[in-house]
Amino acid sequence: MNVLVFIKHVPDTETRVKVAADGLHLDLGEANFVLNPYDEFAVEQGLQLKEKLGGEVTAITVGGDDAVKSLRQALAMGADKAILCSDAGFEDADPLATARILAAAASKVPYDLILCGKHGVGGDNQQVGSLVGQLLGIPAVTVVTGMELEGTTLQLKREVEGGTEIVKASLPAVISCQKGLNEPRYPSLKGIMAAKKKEVTTWKAADLGLDPAALAPAFGLQKIELPPPRPAGRVLGGEIPAQVQELVKLLHEEAKAI
Amino acid sequence: MNVLVFAEQRDGKLKKASLEAMSVGREIADATGGSAAAVLLGQGVGPLVEGLARAGADKVYVGDDAIFAAYSDAYGLGVGKAAQAMGADALVFSATAMGKDLAPKVTARLGIGLLSDVTAFSAAAGTVSFQRPIYAGKAFATLVPSAGKPFGVTVRPNVFPVKENAKAGEVVSLDHGVTPGDLKAVVEKIVTAQGELLDVAEADVIVSGGRGMKGPENYKILEELAKQLGGAVGASRAAVDAGWIDHSHQVGQTGKVVSPGLYIACGISGAIQHLAGMSSSKVIVAINKDPEAPIFKVATYGIVGDLFEVVPLMTQAVKAMKAAG
Repeated sequence: MNVLVFIKHVPDTETRVKVAADGLHLDLGEANFVLNPYDEFAVEQGLQLKEKLGGEVTAITVGGDDAVKSLRQALAMGADKAILCSDAGFEDADPLATARILAAAASKVPYDLILCGKHGVGGDNQQVGSLVGQLLGIPAVTVVTGMELEGTTLQLKREVEGGTEIVKASLPAVISCQKGLNEPRYPSLKGIMAAKKKEVTTWKAADLGLDPAALAPAFGLQKIELPPPRPAGRVLGGEIPAQVQELVKLLHEEAKAI
Repeated sequence: MNVLVFAEQRDGKLKKASLEAMSVGREIADATGGSAAAVLLGQGVGPLVEGLARAGADKVYVGDDAIFAAYSDAYGLGVGKAAQAMGADALVFSATAMGKDLAPKVTARLGIGLLSDVTAFSAAAGTVSFQRPIYAGKAFATLVPSAGKPFGVTVRPNVFPVKENAKAGEVVSLDHGVTPGDLKAVVEKIVTAQGELLDVAEADVIVSGGRGMKGPENYKILEELAKQLGGAVGASRAAVDAGWIDHSHQVGQTGKVVSPGLYIACGISGAIQHLAGMSSSKVIVAINKDPEAPIFKVATYGIVGDLFEVVPLMTQAVKAMKAAG
């Protein structure tokens, strides 16, 4: 059972964002970058499958040299190999370009299953799992909270509005992982030490047979801005029962929210 | 611009979000000069055409076939065929669980770009621009499709109004060409969550509880208020990580990003990752013992007090208000 895990190096969720002077970028200078929280579920799932069925777990990312930190995190958790897809031509990669790069990488490594996080925090696109499945011509099931494998048949639980879908798919497949699927392990000290010695392979566009010109973004960015500040609110006063009466009246008559 | 809207249905009912998407599609088509159509897949879905026509569909490509009875890869093929049949310049999906799964499969098939979770747009002769949240709403990006290239968008539910704009809704039977061999991932059944409350992603009122709830048993008081308001129960990450409530209720950067008409935050201090997920709500009520809690900075109305006193009183007051008409 060879598993590929697609990961992303992202600013953690405590990050306060600022818009850079050009109005086209975020100033993330002070942000702490980490392994995308949803990708931890994907790495964990890969490791559990490997422990049960043997094979290898390979973590793959698209990013700059700093993304090696998150690859090392996956290695420290127990992944066997790590691949960094990095090229000046990848810098503006949108979700489709990212998926094309990842699909090209996947085509060079034998796999039975591809796992990724539900979405990468920050970009919040939630596209790559579905895109890669389509590009590779294999089923993709997204936002998965439960997985059972029998032979080559997957039975999956998928979170939908107000319930859970039970989905059947067969390997090879792409699965995007949601919180609830498992409890990601913390890397052990031994794992961290071992990860330092594991090799991270770098693939450039040429190694992947990709022409960066074909990876141009589909949309042009006009601006990035912060949301308008909310108007100052009102903190009510007086005895609690009277405050509640006033609140319900305000919600009904002033805000027309109930 | 010719716009094709994916019409999502479940159990023979159109999702409200699909009518919102249809209204968006109609508006883009009108502003840029083009037609708006819907693609409707399922079994026995014929009666739903009328609703789409009322929301502005000139045409509805209908794939009424047992092969579409359950959601599967066949949907991607079906929508792709409809896009080709129409000569669509733009595809609009709702950013629902199904829409978010399906849209990238269709756009990858067509080799075109996709913008996720659009919350605003402006359209004029030949051009359209879209706004979407990034970092769960900590910032917003404005983007334009590359000139002359088709594209797709998913639009966030509960943001755009449904506008009555009746059109012909001419039915075109979709020549989908899907065979059973195309079905690789198929939904076998849907297990509905227990209880009658809505999902936070679909609700117009959310009553949400955080660390201040102190334990799982106390969510009952939030459920009672939510029931009175016809809303859903939400939660902060702290409450979910403590195991008090299922992750499907979590609001925030690692949960669901919501924009309901009313968000009532009970015992939620307002960590930045939570605020990102709910601060685009139209009206926010904060109930917290700590007057310094950051949640009060985004609240429309605040009560500094014990939620265990405030929430049951509020449930009673809402009940009394409804009884008084």
